[in-house]
Parts: sequence; structure tokens; C-alpha cells
Amino acid sequence: MATGILFTGVGGQGTILTTRLLSNALAELGYDVKMSEIHGMAQRGGTVNTQLRYGERVYAPNIGEGEADFVVAFEKAEALRALPYLKRGGTVLTDEREIYSMPVLLGQAAYPHNWIADNREYNVTVIPAQEIAGKLGNARDANIVMLGAVAKLLKIEINIPARFSVKAYEAGKEAV
Amino acid sequence: MQKQILSGCEAVARGAWEAGVRVAAAYPGTPSTEILENLGAFASKPPAAYSVGDGLYATWANNEAIAAEIAYGASVGGSRALVSMKHVGMNVAADAIFSGAYAGVNGGLVIVCCDDPGCYSSQNEQDNRLYAPHAKLIMLEPSDSQETLDFTKAAFELSETYDLPVMVRMTTRVCHSKSIVTLGERVAQPVRAYVGDRAKYAMLPANAKKRHVIVEDNLARFKRDLGDSLAQFTKSESASNAEGNGTLVITSGMSYMHVKEAFGDSVAVMKLGVTFPLSEKLLRDTARAFDRVCVVEEGEPYLATAISAMGVDAAAPSFIQGELSAARVREAFGVGSTPLFAMPEQSAPANEAPPRPPVMCAGCPHRGFYYALSRRKGKYVGVGDIGCYTLGVNAPFNGIDMCICMGSGFSIPIGLSKALEAQGDTRKVFGICGDSTFFHSGYSSLVDAVHQRANVCLVVLDNSITAMTGHQENSGTELHLMGYDVPKISIESMILATGLPRERLLIVNPLNLEETGAAIDAAISNSDGVTVIITKYPCALLKESIKARGTRHCEVDADVCVGCKMCMRAACPSLAFDAPRRHAYIADTQNCTACGLCRQLCKVGAIKEVA
Repeated sequence: MATGILFTGVGGQGTILTTRLLSNALAELGYDVKMSEIHGMAQRGGTVNTQLRYGERVYAPNIGEGEADFVVAFEKAEALRALPYLKRGGTVLTDEREIYSMPVLLGQAAYPHNWIADNREYNVTVIPAQEIAGKLGNARDANIVMLGAVAKLLKIEINIPARFSVKAYEAGKEAV
Repeated sequence: MQKQILSGCEAVARGAWEAGVRVAAAYPGTPSTEILENLGAFASKPPAAYSVGDGLYATWANNEAIAAEIAYGASVGGSRALVSMKHVGMNVAADAIFSGAYAGVNGGLVIVCCDDPGCYSSQNEQDNRLYAPHAKLIMLEPSDSQETLDFTKAAFELSETYDLPVMVRMTTRVCHSKSIVTLGERVAQPVRAYVGDRAKYAMLPANAKKRHVIVEDNLARFKRDLGDSLAQFTKSESASNAEGNGTLVITSGMSYMHVKEAFGDSVAVMKLGVTFPLSEKLLRDTARAFDRVCVVEEGEPYLATAISAMGVDAAAPSFIQGELSAARVREAFGVGSTPLFAMPEQSAPANEAPPRPPVMCAGCPHRGFYYALSRRKGKYVGVGDIGCYTLGVNAPFNGIDMCICMGSGFSIPIGLSKALEAQGDTRKVFGICGDSTFFHSGYSSLVDAVHQRANVCLVVLDNSITAMTGHQENSGTELHLMGYDVPKISIESMILATGLPRERLLIVNPLNLEETGAAIDAAISNSDGVTVIITKYPCALLKESIKARGTRHCEVDADVCVGCKMCMRAACPSLAFDAPRRHAYIADTQNCTACGLCRQLCKVGAIKEVA
């Protein structure tokens, strides 16, 4: 059986890049890997989803509702939006970061600040990825912090390419 | 052998490169854009500009028809050539493709078209498999990146062997999913001699009639070989258990992956790599051994119709709308359902995620134009086109009422203005296109509008790049895909060449609301003929734009801000309102470009630019 990980975030957060780094790492470990990265209208501040499946043999590259072993979110409300994809007993990992969409900014929709506390039956791990990255010098490395946390959850080790922050990756591993 | 994780688009580029492609052209369109972007990376670098040598000439063209014709010309001239496009682009290129297929090829000609079931980034879900029988193209359908690479390479060979263009038909999920691929080497292909052959290539009626006979013969020859020398394109997999072998599922492309995901090895599967022409012999002979035959295909009942016309009795659930998935396949065949959301210990969450629609970026010059336009509600009807500026349809601007296809933003207004006039509606019709769309087909519509003295305002939102698909060069940019300088074509000169009076062409900075508003007012008050507005301001995401602004951004002085929310009308994603403290603030200083739009809206001077 393939393991499915759904990554979700807001355009510009590095969702696709992070999924690619993890895909490469899993392929190096000898797994068959498929990854879907649907983009287009998803850029420009919209929700971005990427889907990764790995195992001995992977057929479909996409994850349906109730099929994700892990949901990894770079933004808190996006984790909530992606919950229908989570498998029963699956794990959610999310940055505590909140990014307000246009309807929230315009006061037409409410931001669900407390959704995690309101839904204790889900297995949700929250880490302050952006804050950690900021303290290490570059808030934009939040995705690498998240990657470190994912590596820990998957019990794998990732050789981060030199142009990315190893410190951010290590900090992510320690955060979960 | 080197292995790499490639997307379908990257695999097309790699396959074409390995097959010795010499000329490749495209107009950008999701999900096909990365094909040419990646071929561009393989292409010959300056100073070899314009010369092909042993390398590759890869170029953006102004539209899909031009791209197809560039590739066709290269093929007739003896080079292996490729054209790629999104599904709707094939409608634009169809004229060249249909008649080009009659004439046939010299160097192998491959047409890659990328459909978008699920409408992830398109205006329709058309199934371009239907084009193959109509246009007389051999059609290959890969299901993952390895197959995409292999099929693309094979497509050039097939094209040359059967004297037909070959269509590689992909879908978003094939284009934009990545899987492990074994790479090969580029095999240089000698250029085939160009021999002028008017009977073959000049499609006058007398020649076309004869070529129609030949093209049907070539297809028939290919069809005969399909079950024989081309057997590798059809994959037959038997079921792992005896009872499964009573049922045969016939499928192709990404649908195959969904079938395998849903059923594993529990049913026999016939996967068609070639989906036009189909070999009746092959299908009938295979189907005969089974009690039950099913067809699983995403989109139109293309295979199902063809297979039932062969007299094979096949069940075919309809997946005509939306993207196919393993869950939909399981559901259609009643073999259990996926563990859907109804879970006892995990009820649906009590909270709801707020909508997050795509928006114009912070600093987007289109925002200024749409803001100015939206202040004149009731005086205009907006007609849009395809690009980032289509987002102007959304609240709060609601700047356009309609949008169907490339270039139509400048032609729909001609007809719409006549219809409004016929019912005494005096609102001015505004047609809104981007620079790339202008070069694509907007210009010919503009020429018609001027020629017909249509009572409309046509607006070119010139941000100096093809932005929506991720910054591809166009005729209005100074850079070629292959990295060298090219002459920048002046939109202004093109428009004035129509004879439009100079005073009817207004060029404005869209982030200057007063200037833009004045131009819109002038266009509304002109009561006959065309007014053209060009808004000139580069895309905020261009590297040059980002470099030029450095760390400049805006700040709101909370002590001066009176909480009137005027600035919020800019609908900028960098700007937020602190409701408890009743003042606006820049929530995202990283992306704020100090474009100044909110500053112009502020009545009390609370917003300042800082470095």
C-alpha cells in the first residue's frame, strides 16, 4: 500500500518546492514515488495543494477524500480545508501561521482561529514553523522547517540540497 | 542509466530532445507551458542565436496556429519538429493541423496537446481525443512520465514512417504529476533533404483530393501494423486470480492508473497506448476471451463509442464531467467505496475554512485599472479575456461581465455594443485584454473594431509579460526564450497603424488613479468610434520589478488612520484592517510593493512609503 501525503498552503509559501524535495529524498531511498502539483489559477494567493504518494509500486499520483495518511499544512486554515482528505486516524501537521484571504480581509468571512482546540478528536501537531525560521534568520525558510518535521514523522533522513538551510531542517525535526 | 523525477511536461521535453527535435514552438497555456520552457533550456545558446546547427531552436509564438505552422514548416523542411499547446489552443491551431495532416510530413512532426479535465485552469473540459479521427492524426496517450518520454520519442519515428503528424495527448494529471524516469541520450538526427513537392504540400483542391486518399491509406497501414510490429503500444495484463479473468477493462492514459489503483491486479486490463486509429482486430480478438468487457475513460465516451461500433458489447460508465479518480472508478463498478469522510470518531469539523480565491497580487498594476473602472459603475459593460486580469471579474471590482476565449475581449464588444444600442442601453462597452493576448489574436479584433467604427473602448493592460502562465516572453518583450535579445514590437505603433486618430489612443500608468480615471472618462464620453487605452506598468512579480523596488513598502500610521476603510477598497492582499483598534495596517510588508494605490485612496494621509 502506498503512503499518501497531502501538502497544502497558500500560493508563494513553497508548497510545491517542499513536496519536490521530499519526493527526491523518497526516490533516493528506493521508493516508487508519484507527486501531483496542480497549479495555474492556484497561484495568485489561492490555495495550493500538492499530493505525494510513495511505496513499493504507486499507480495514481493523486489522493482522494479520506485517502491521505498525512496532511501537511503551511497555513492553519488550509489544514482545516484539507481535513476531508485525511484518512481515519491520519496525522495533521500544520504551521501555526495564519494568512488572511481576501474575503477575511474584506470582513466577508471569519478566520477559524480556534479550529484545532474545537476539534480535539483529530490528531493535529502544530509547530511555529515560520517563527522558528524567522529566528534562524529567514522567515521564508518556514517550508524547510516543515520538511524537517515531516522527515521526523516519516522516520526518514533527508539530505537537504546545499542551497537550503540545514539549520531550518534540523529545527523542524526538533519541533515535533 | 540516470534516473530523475520528471513531470509529464518535463518528460515531453526530454523525450523530444533525445529524439533529436530541431524546432519546437508553442504559445503558453496551463498545463502545457513547461514543455517549451524545458525545451528552451536544452536549446542552443547565444551566440548561436537564430542558427540551429546541431542543436535546437525553441520559441514562443504569438498563438497556437503560428506555433503549429512554425513546426509544420520545419517538418516539411526536413527537421524533426514539435508544437505543444493546451486543449483550447488546439482549436486555434486546428486549421493548420487539419490540412497539414493531408500534406503529411518530412521530418517527424509531433503535436502535444494537454487537456484539462476538472477545469483546474481552463475555460472548458473539451476532450481533444475527438480531434484525432477528425484531423487524421495518429494519437498516443501516455499515463506517466516514463511513458510520456518513451511515447514522445516514438512519435517522431511513427510520424516519419507513416507520413502523418502524431498527436501526443496528455491531461493535467499527466502533465503536472511527477514520477521516476530513466533518461536516455540525445541521438542527432540528420536533416532530411527538403525537396519541393507541390503535389504533396500545396493543398489546392486538385492536390487535396489526392492527398485525402493517401492520408487514409497511411492510417490504414498504421492500423494494420498496430497489432503486429507496433504491439508494444498495447499492454495486456491478466488478472492475478482466475475469476478476475472473466472481466476485461479497456482503458488508456491516466485512466489506466485510476483503474489499477481501484482494482489492482484483480481484473484483466487492456491498456491502449495508441488511441487513434484503433485496431478492430486487436480489440475484438482480445475481448472475445472475456465474459464481460468494460471501458473506463475520463471525458467523452470516445473509446466506448468506437468499441461498440466494432460490435463489442462493452459496459462504459460515464465520467464525462470532472476529473477521474480511483474512488469514482470503484463507485461506478460498485466495488466498495473509499473510506470517505463519515467517520465515527472523526466527525466533520465544527469550523469552516474561509474561501481563498486567487487574487491579483500586491502591487499588480491591473488592480489600479479595475479600481478606477469600478468607480464608474453603471456607465460601462466590461468584457474580459484570458489572463491574470480575468480575476477582475471577482468582488469587489466585478469589472467584467463575460470572458470566453483568447482574443474575444476585443471582438465581443463589437457585437455587444450593437445589441446594447438596439435596446437604448447607452453604457460604453469596454474590452479588456493583456499584452500577450493582444499579440495572440486581440490585434486582429482591434483592427476590425477600428475598421467598423465600433462604439467601444478597448483596453490593453500591458504588463510587459505573459504573466498568468508564469512569465513567458512575447512579442512585446526584448528577450527570446533562448536568452538572446530580439526586437520589441510596439503595441502603440501597431494600434496607430490602423489609422486610429492619435487623440483616441490614451496611454496611462494604471497605478495613477487620476490619470487612469480621466482616460476612462474620456473613453466613456466619446460617442462614436473606438477609443484605445494602453495601461503601461510591468508585472509586480517580474525579477526586474522586485529588484527595482528593493525593500520599499508602505506603512500605515495608526495614529493618523481614522479607520474609514477607504484603502481597503483596493482589495490588496497585503493590506488588513485591525477591527478592535480600528485602523488599517500592512499585514505583509514582504509582498507590499509600495505601489501607492492605497495611499491614493487614503483621505487623511495615513499611509507612507518607507524604505
